[in-house]
Amino acid sequence: MSSYLNQGYLDIEDITVPTEERFAKGAVAVIECVQNIPCNPCTDACPRKAITIEGSINNIPNIDFDLCNGCGICVAQCPGLAIFLIDKTFGEETATIGMPYEFLPLPEKGEEVTLLDRAGNECGRGRVTNVRNTKAMDRTPVVFLEVDKDAAMRVRFFRRDSK
Amino acid sequence: MRLDQHPILSFDRGKPITFTFDGKPVNANEGESIAAALHAAGYKTLSHSLKLGRPRGFFCAIGKCSSCMMQVNGIPNVKTCMVLAEEGMDVRTQHGWGELKNKPSSRTYPRREMPLLETDVAVVGAGPAGLSAAIYASKFGAKVLVFEENTKVGGQLIKQTHMFFGSRDHHAGVRGIDIGDKLISQLGDNVEIMTETPVVGYYAPGELAVIRDHRLHRVRAKKIIVATGASENMLALPNNDLPGVYGAGAVQTLMNVYGVLPGKRMLMVGAGNIGVIVAYQALQAGVDVAAVVEALPVIGAYQVHASKLRRCGVPILTRHTIQTTWGDGQVEGATIVRLDDNWRQIPGTEQDIACDTICLSVGLKPTVEIFFQAGCSMAKIPELGGDIPIRNEFMETSVEGLYVAGDASSIEEASSAMLEGRLAGLDAVEKLKGSSDELQELKNHVKESLDELRAGPFGEKIRQGEKKLQEEASRL
Ligand SMILES: Cc1cc2nc3c(=O)[nH]c(=O)nc-3n(C[C@H](O)[C@H](O)[C@H](O)COP(=O)(O)OP(=O)(O)OC[C@H]3O[C@@H](n4cnc5c(N)ncnc54)[C@H](O)[C@@H]3O)c2cc1C
Ligand code: SF4
Ligand code: SF4
Ligand code: FES
Repeated sequence: MSSYLNQGYLDIEDITVPTEERFAKGAVAVIECVQNIPCNPCTDACPRKAITIEGSINNIPNIDFDLCNGCGICVAQCPGLAIFLIDKTFGEETATIGMPYEFLPLPEKGEEVTLLDRAGNECGRGRVTNVRNTKAMDRTPVVFLEVDKDAAMRVRFFRRDSK
Repeated sequence: MRLDQHPILSFDRGKPITFTFDGKPVNANEGESIAAALHAAGYKTLSHSLKLGRPRGFFCAIGKCSSCMMQVNGIPNVKTCMVLAEEGMDVRTQHGWGELKNKPSSRTYPRREMPLLETDVAVVGAGPAGLSAAIYASKFGAKVLVFEENTKVGGQLIKQTHMFFGSRDHHAGVRGIDIGDKLISQLGDNVEIMTETPVVGYYAPGELAVIRDHRLHRVRAKKIIVATGASENMLALPNNDLPGVYGAGAVQTLMNVYGVLPGKRMLMVGAGNIGVIVAYQALQAGVDVAAVVEALPVIGAYQVHASKLRRCGVPILTRHTIQTTWGDGQVEGATIVRLDDNWRQIPGTEQDIACDTICLSVGLKPTVEIFFQAGCSMAKIPELGGDIPIRNEFMETSVEGLYVAGDASSIEEASSAMLEGRLAGLDAVEKLKGSSDELQELKNHVKESLDELRAGPFGEKIRQGEKKLQEEASRL
């Protein structure tokens, strides 16, 4: 039995991760949706047609990391909030993670936050580098966090200090 | 407690009004149900049980369970979750059965004076299924009347702030709250929707009784499509009647329709899609979610829904159940316990959780009274939610001209509810106005989409249920 069925979150082995070579070329989308569910808005969302679902709508999405240019459009369009934008070229030691964030108040650029992993466990501190929130994103803003490069595939959420 | 901000919703609160609750003034806003306004003012107890006088709050918030009945302006047994608060209203806790002050005599509504409404197609319920039926029946020329008990049109969609699954063709990626508006904009001129108009009975073939403006009306329709949705299941556990134990849909209604916080800290029971989605929506509204407990060894919700809740730090405890809930007059906490492989509670694993809200998301059951009354052949099919009318592939029941669609025909989701509504609407209008190539093509297309939707592993239960239903139908 896959562990996500009783723990609710994915292990890294469940996820298709871009190669370090691809990461070195700039931002790229990582899709964390591994179950056969009737859903497909991600395929329409991507203007470069990098995301495809073969055959039945119940199949899982595939992403062509070489077609993906890291524009991030798909992140706000996925009803499962399951797409993350990873940029390992952000700094010497750091990467950014773009994640959907449907909560208020939105964090501010530059704000320091507590980082959380897929299980909601704390894993260090990070900094908000950007908050994208356009009308086309229809109330699903995307928050970009700067984190240690080796945490880029671990951090998936955050908690603000002031509450 | 009213929310002043929400990441998805904006609440345009109506004009401030004041009504009284057992003589005490309560501040509210126009457009709020009495029950929601009382909850916002901190009053959770709405009535007392008949025999033991135990306090009762609301449970379903959609007019289906009757636990919110109060005396309003002297009239007893008013479902306060369905009636809007008005300036100067006199709302009282009801003790006992309630009594009508001015008993109507049989002469109050002489039958010949009962207003009559005539239409080609009558639709019961303005959720996604009913609205889709109306759109497609009217598209091919039928005059349609839609009767909706609620003050708002859209059924369950009006409280679903999340983006929907499914395919783009069925509005996937669009928030539930916005799908209702899309459907309404597709309605033709020959459709009229009557809100606050419950259908209370099916009488002669093709005749319904509805209540409108406190008066009984007769409806005569050539075809009737019933899309009454579903009601939430209760869970047997000690003190499950304490105010503060709510159905997941009720919590959603409070938060997302009225912008009223259900409580400060919640325990969710049930990790299916609805439980997990509503737990997430509670976080969005600012409620602290202590945990989600699930008796099964696996999480029923889609992995993506579970994942977005888990990364916020909310535990989902599989093989756990709620043992009891406690509190003085309202919920103050719950005891949860682990289950072994044979579903027995494991002594010593009890854990107390302080919370003021317990949200039950343990399944839905189709609302099917009208079909029983009409004498439809029924079948009990657990995979589809319980008792349902036997129907053919175009959603017509064993009573000719009476159709079913949506959650009332099987507990599924909005996309399938819309498709079933379309099928029923198309079949009804075809029989009334004759067929055409366009109509046939649409019908086939809708059927194919339904099959495709149900093709995946999550459609397995529905496919099994459909098979059983066909077997039952062939036996008729
Ligand atoms: C939390 C939650 C999340 C969900 N998420 C999704 C999702 O992501 N994707 C998806 O596809 N589906 C989802 N669903 C399911 C979807 O909302 C329902 O399946 C769908 O609303 C069913 O439509 P319906 O028209 O059959 O019933 P409803 O929407 O329940 O509408 C029935 C209507 O009938 C009215 N009515 C009932 N009885 C009477 C009467 N006697 N007289 C007059 N009117 C009456 C009711 O007031 C109501 O307006 C979700 C449901 C919930 C609760
Ligand atoms: S980031 Fe842009 S290019 Fe890449 S998959 Fe998403 S939408 Fe397509
Ligand atoms: S839109 Fe999101 S949830 Fe739906 S299939 Fe694509 S990645 Fe999965
Ligand atoms: S009928 Fe009002 S809460 Fe159920």
